[in-house]
Amino acid sequence: MSEKIATREAYGKALAELGDKYKNLIVLDADLSKSTKTDLFKAKFPERFINCGIAESNMMSVAAGIASCGNIVFASSFAMFAAGRAFEQVRNSIGYPHLNVKIGASHAGITVGEDGASHQCIEDIALMRSIPGMVVINPCDATSTKALVEEAIKHNGPVYLRLGRLTVDVIYEEGRDFKIGKSITLKEGRDVTIIATGLMVQEALKAFTILEEKGISARIIDMHTIKPIDEEAIIKAAKETKAIITCEEHNIYGGLGSAVAEVLGENYPIKMKRIGIKDEFGRSGDPKALMKKYGITSDDIVAKTLEILK
Amino acid sequence: MDSSKLKNFAKIATNVRKNALTAVFCANSGHPGGSLSIADILTVLYFEVMNIDPKNPKWEDRDRFVLSKGHCSPALYGVLSERGFFPKDEIKNFRCVTSYLQGHPDMKGVPGVDMSTGSLGQGFSAACGMAISAKINKKNYRVYTALGDGELQEGQIWEAAMFAAHYKLDNLTAFVDFNGLQIDGDITKVMNPLPIDEKFKAFGWNVITIDGHNYEEIYNAIMTAKTTKDKPTVIVAKTIKGKGVSFMENNASWHGVAPKPEQYEQAIKELDEYLEKLGA
Repeated sequence: MSEKIATREAYGKALAELGDKYKNLIVLDADLSKSTKTDLFKAKFPERFINCGIAESNMMSVAAGIASCGNIVFASSFAMFAAGRAFEQVRNSIGYPHLNVKIGASHAGITVGEDGASHQCIEDIALMRSIPGMVVINPCDATSTKALVEEAIKHNGPVYLRLGRLTVDVIYEEGRDFKIGKSITLKEGRDVTIIATGLMVQEALKAFTILEEKGISARIIDMHTIKPIDEEAIIKAAKETKAIITCEEHNIYGGLGSAVAEVLGENYPIKMKRIGIKDEFGRSGDPKALMKKYGITSDDIVAKTLEILK
Repeated sequence: MDSSKLKNFAKIATNVRKNALTAVFCANSGHPGGSLSIADILTVLYFEVMNIDPKNPKWEDRDRFVLSKGHCSPALYGVLSERGFFPKDEIKNFRCVTSYLQGHPDMKGVPGVDMSTGSLGQGFSAACGMAISAKINKKNYRVYTALGDGELQEGQIWEAAMFAAHYKLDNLTAFVDFNGLQIDGDITKVMNPLPIDEKFKAFGWNVITIDGHNYEEIYNAIMTAKTTKDKPTVIVAKTIKGKGVSFMENNASWHGVAPKPEQYEQAIKELDEYLEKLGA
């Protein structure tokens, strides 16, 4: 499929669409509605949209107050400010009382690109997954984003949705079923399992083709939910393939790789490698060039696979 | 306001103070000073002003109260139990692992607690959320919140103050428990938040200054807030930290320390003597 849509765009469209169905849906933003795409909701439902200005901490606690009155609230900003700056508000105002606030965090990871390290959040999965009861979702394309926004609405409790700035290939057909905590095996394989999240799923699919040409059978799993993680699929992969590689646009500490390692370590330890940002800050640049520089492209996945199967 | 009503407030507030001290004494930890300074305001809110139903604490049209200065939970639990939200006996289990009375208010576990608080600054924002929610959902309930004067040092307070004025949340009334002391001492010496009234005025709020231990002034200020349109109201209530217990009054060292047995007895004795004077 050649169509390219950023997950943040799909998020904004999904909110605008679902606003009709869910009358108690209220959307908050912190002066970034044109970037997070909540402006699409605002255009359709101005009476249910609140711009909180550049004050993310206040926004998260305001969201908690609104949710406490029986509404479903989406609070949006860049991942850096939603998960980073407002961490303690998310933890204490939203997480502790387990309120129905969904955090739509766009511009996650290094593919923010030119804005540079100050805006490239590579710590959010680690931060959010450490909050008791918080669901952490990182969809890879427009179709899964739309479906998972509705799953987040239906879920009773806080959800963190990690979204990207960069346009990415649509890999799923409309109407496909997505469930929180249930990964999707995109390709079956015997030799190695590549578990990816977010836009690394598309990279993993590219790697699959290259590996296939080299006679290597790779299983590809889209781990769109990082918490609760699909333990069953990970253990099954550990039993049925020789090694596991995780791929994420996040620090290798605390993210998908760590979550998978926890499951393997406790249940079925096998060889694994983590692909991600190797504990360093990003920098300004073209997103694709940055992916290359920080070693998170399909070529890097292929190289790591060959290394682990040696 | 007639004298029998005033006397009744004084009796209830004294019982709230006794509850708060009992909670802190039994837990051997907690915050007596600020609990005693806010007791009169809580009494007027819960026994005169707020539209609430102790039998139906989650009633969706109820007025809300958020204790943004969440460490003064002993006073909140004290007034909620007086009002019948939960059995008074539970007060003795404050901060115990088997009790729902957490050190700081927990909306999931305590009947009548509308928002979990404890981390300063956040409750004020949550109260703004409840107020704007009423506007969006076309509800008539009102939202009350109480802030500490030391709490005004949190940056989030001013984000919320800007938010409430911007969205004209005239259904929101905030109290500042202006007792002048925080853990490390005099608020003006630790990090001066004064002038409180001018700051809120500059942020677009309706500001009323009162004696926070005068029931009539508390009540009248709330009524003025109710009729003020297009602006949130802040009631800056001058209070005495440790109010009602002679050796705790105006003493910062009673911010977060439990009384020893003889001190507890002395405090309860003083409060009982006051109740006797009131003719209870």
